[in-house]
Amino acid sequence: MPTATATVEEMARQQYKYGFYTDIESDSAPPGLDEDIIRFISAKKEEPEWMLTWRLEAFRHWQTMTEPDWANVHYEKPDFQKIVYYSAPKSLADGPKSLDEVDPELISTYNKLGIPLEEQLILAGVAVDAVFDSVSVATTFKDKLAKQGIIFCPMSEAVRDHPELVQRYMGSVVPRTDNFYAALNSAVFTDGSFVYIPEGVRCPLELSTYFRINAASTGQFERTLIIAEKGSHVSYLEGCTAPMRDENQLHAAVVELVALEDAEIKYSTVQNWYPGDENGKGGIFNFVTKRGICEGARAKISWTQVETGSAVTWKYPSCILKGDDSVGEFYSVALTNKFQQADTGTKMVHLGKNTKSTIISKGISAGRGQNTYRGLVKVAKGAENARNYSQCDSMLIGDRCGAHTFPYIEVANPTGQVEHEASTSKIGEDQLFYCASRGISEEDAISMIVNGFCKEVFQELPMEFALEAQKLLSVSLEGSVG
Amino acid sequence: MALLDIRNLHVSVEGTEILKGLNLAVDAGQVHAIMGPNGSGKSTLAQVLAGNSDYEVTDGTVKLGDEDLLELDASERAGEGLFLAFQYPVSIPGVSNTYFLRAAYNAVRVHRGQPEMDPVGFINYLRPKMAPLGMTKEMLRRSVNDGFSGGEKKRNEIFQMSVLEPKVAVLDETDSGLDIDALRLVAEGVNAMRSPERAFVVVTHYQRLLDYIVPDVVHVMVDGRIVRSGGKELALELEDKGYGWVEELATDGEAVTA
Repeated sequence: MPTATATVEEMARQQYKYGFYTDIESDSAPPGLDEDIIRFISAKKEEPEWMLTWRLEAFRHWQTMTEPDWANVHYEKPDFQKIVYYSAPKSLADGPKSLDEVDPELISTYNKLGIPLEEQLILAGVAVDAVFDSVSVATTFKDKLAKQGIIFCPMSEAVRDHPELVQRYMGSVVPRTDNFYAALNSAVFTDGSFVYIPEGVRCPLELSTYFRINAASTGQFERTLIIAEKGSHVSYLEGCTAPMRDENQLHAAVVELVALEDAEIKYSTVQNWYPGDENGKGGIFNFVTKRGICEGARAKISWTQVETGSAVTWKYPSCILKGDDSVGEFYSVALTNKFQQADTGTKMVHLGKNTKSTIISKGISAGRGQNTYRGLVKVAKGAENARNYSQCDSMLIGDRCGAHTFPYIEVANPTGQVEHEASTSKIGEDQLFYCASRGISEEDAISMIVNGFCKEVFQELPMEFALEAQKLLSVSLEGSVG
Repeated sequence: MALLDIRNLHVSVEGTEILKGLNLAVDAGQVHAIMGPNGSGKSTLAQVLAGNSDYEVTDGTVKLGDEDLLELDASERAGEGLFLAFQYPVSIPGVSNTYFLRAAYNAVRVHRGQPEMDPVGFINYLRPKMAPLGMTKEMLRRSVNDGFSGGEKKRNEIFQMSVLEPKVAVLDETDSGLDIDALRLVAEGVNAMRSPERAFVVVTHYQRLLDYIVPDVVHVMVDGRIVRSGGKELALELEDKGYGWVEELATDGEAVTA
């Protein structure tokens, strides 16, 4: 796109000429990262001074860090000075005028996934009236939530309207210094979701079923914070089964969950970012830090994820089980096909007494995909009677892919009970022939076997999401054999 | 015209010829038994008919009605009405038996241009077929053949056959590993399906099964060819004289042809 390049070059010159951050009218920042860029982002979002300071501190720390390379993934490291860290969402007027103008391959995938036409229009960024219908539906739900005192808004709004909550909890679970990508996110995060559930309130709907389309504009450095007060309950859905294309190659999100006494947070993700083409070119790098803390007694945090997209995934949704009798769960399906690589798993850190955690991980490798499970179960000295059960199953399709398992177990209390089971299976030619001899085609047989393999995880997803996830796996596996 | 018509079939596995010009014609309504010593090619014939691509057909023709079977892949053959009851049924962990059966049944229906059947309708269709084969609800809930005993697997194969209602069913050593009660159950299941429109090819090592499934024709297979065919009394003669007798026949036959 010559115009875009020209614009960026022009911007870059402007920076020299006038000093950059004064140019608040422009829609995007020039590539590169320094303190001025962070000031620009903060100013664009009309943030209070404390937020800017917080970002700058994160940035200063980030500069002292080096990119981690312990994960079992191989990719060309991004050049952080070439990334554009802020650009305003594109207006609808710039988008395609109808589905006829959208990549037919994308539309065909939407149809295979059974996505309703209205959502297809939104996903593809088509500017039509139908879009506004959805927005009004969303608003209706927001009113319903507000009546119960539930706050559900973009992070940038929360920074302005609920500074006391944001200041108290942001960075309390994932500190700015936690890791390279978390520090980067803390410095430059653009938006994300903020959820606050007051004491004793049970959130009446799955958050974000209706809002998930918003994800299209959340950008590459998403930041989400969910706070569940005592005795409250919330289920949050993130992502979308529709393939998401994005010009930004690097995605580094941070998600923090705080569950107080007797609170429960269920966080479900379906991730289907662009995985790259047949040769493994392009594709999103998804480097995410997700962590929840069971701050109070009997709190519960449950992560469920279905990861089918991205070229490289690096992600470990974790639970810190601080409150006594608190519970952490991790259910995961990670699929790698073509040249995709995933290094994913969880950390369960048992601090409180009688804490329990469950890990069910299903890794599926097809094509030349490489799938790694990496998990830590840590039982601290004071965690009397902590219990963990881990099950890591890998499935191989074809003979050019790989599955790897790295379980780490650290137990510092003799009363701890940690169980780990692992299995590797292969979809065999004999199984496919058996199915074929009963009339079932190879593709249907593979999707049937894979869905059977993932059943334990899918049943943790909200119903509608589970059906979509099943279809998604089938579509993602198309052409993986033969 | 024969429902299943095999002519001059030559089949190799990894360069070794196993079937060496096999001829077999089975009419609708008939049950043919194929007997023979180990390694004579009985199971190879069963696998080739079902479309296992590990076996290379180097010569010959196989017709199912008007269809050239060798032009079809395994799932299309099932759609056309061929069924193989496996000697070693394969287990599919995580996929429930009911789900599998319905997927198979609907795939076959779609192939035949019929609409798919919904889950409720399918359960109603299954129900009357269960008791005769001693299939329990629990067996339907379990994963396909996963953790099934030898006898349960074989019963499950015949149950699948009764669900798919094929034109030609090939039973590959369905009697092996069965105790006498299970054998009787399986045989009754097969007999209940005998009809003027349907044909069976029963591959077996022992005469015992043929006491229960009485064949119209018995073939003796040795070294990749059928060396002798006759009525059901041929099976008894074999039992009496042993396979050494037919192996001699095969050698003689070769001497004659040469």
